[in-house]
Amino acid sequence: MGDLLNIFIKSAFIENMALSYFLGMCSFLAVSKSVKTALGLGVAVIFVLGLTIPMNWLIDHYLLGETGLFKLDLTFLRFIIFISTIAALVQLVEMVVEKFSPSLYNSLGIFLPLITVNCAILGASLFMITKEYNFSQSVSFGLGGGFGWALAIVAIAAIREKMSYSNVPAPLRGLGMAFILTGLMGMAFMGLMGIDPAAF
Amino acid sequence: MADIIEITEKEPAIAFGKEEKKLLTDPINENNPITVQVLGVCSALAVTTLLNKAIVMGIAVMLVTAFSNLFTSLLRNYIPKQIRMIVQLVIIAFLVTVVELFLKAYNYPIWKELSVFIGLIITNCIVMGRLEAFAMANKPWRSFLDGLGNGFGYAVILVIVAFIRELFGKGSLFNYKIIGPTAEYALNTSQIGWLHWYVPNNLMILAPAAMFVLGVLIWLQRTKYKKLVDIS
Repeated sequence: MGDLLNIFIKSAFIENMALSYFLGMCSFLAVSKSVKTALGLGVAVIFVLGLTIPMNWLIDHYLLGETGLFKLDLTFLRFIIFISTIAALVQLVEMVVEKFSPSLYNSLGIFLPLITVNCAILGASLFMITKEYNFSQSVSFGLGGGFGWALAIVAIAAIREKMSYSNVPAPLRGLGMAFILTGLMGMAFMGLMGIDPAAF
Repeated sequence: MADIIEITEKEPAIAFGKEEKKLLTDPINENNPITVQVLGVCSALAVTTLLNKAIVMGIAVMLVTAFSNLFTSLLRNYIPKQIRMIVQLVIIAFLVTVVELFLKAYNYPIWKELSVFIGLIITNCIVMGRLEAFAMANKPWRSFLDGLGNGFGYAVILVIVAFIRELFGKGSLFNYKIIGPTAEYALNTSQIGWLHWYVPNNLMILAPAAMFVLGVLIWLQRTKYKKLVDIS
């Protein structure tokens, strides 16, 4: 149990996906103009990561691996299979949510298609492979990573909202400032590197 | 179908006129995928700690954008609208797999260092963005050039950022010591680089510096080209 908490904290704060691996930067910069939409996207990312990571883990181990169903090393198909799983799952989630919870659909809806091409989702699946996590560790890694990403985007959106009252040089307005703010936040998050997750 | 064939007969399929040249050169500066369109920042920053990593990544992205644009454009009339995203993703994933296996076979150390970021070209927004915005509506040759141009614009930014980060972060370029004290300094005095008092700044290697460098690049570009300035 401590091991899982350890991975959660590590992936959420110390190796934050947005701020130290730059994953999901496209939507990170595009959707962080207001806290409300940022929160919506953040929740959607946690949700999709929580689903796709275990799914991809199962597929990787029971279909693609040498000990899997076909007894062949099919790992070169990883990219194609992973991205198809993610695309299919996102589509499925969208349909299910639309059917059973229209209010949730209205708040998550527009972000779901965006998420298929969010690097954080595919990136987390690939990191799970390179880090050789087992099933429960992967789930913890996915949830932690999603939580860290959501935290980062909400924080940056809050800063950018306040930023609109500041007198920024015209050429730096918008995108340029967003990059510098993200860099500053990344430095702040580096302060968390001192945490020893093993202590939990 | 009939008139499509007619048009291709009138003008040669592979022409290289003014407009084609514009497709290639536009994305380098005024329509740069990273600094202006803000696409593909995801994988751009993580690989820029070393110049040779950035160059390999730039070439990989260039190949993937060019060929995925070409293939999508060839197939554009046969892809049903509802599932076009999955079709596009499969085309991209196929090309990325080819690039990845090639790198793994011929340049294992670089493959090892790039690790997941080669795979992340799939979700690189430039590739998808160009497919949606250009290849789905244009002819193959032009789409190919557009892909090549956008890949090149991406690679240029990558190389600039990597140059700054490696030079000031490690004092080296292509792993050759240029400035700052060398490890061999004490043993072999002929190994002193230029400016041997300069202590490499470790922050440049870390993640936030990539953001600062890119932010400043955008600032400079927009100071020079006023029409790119964000009005909102």
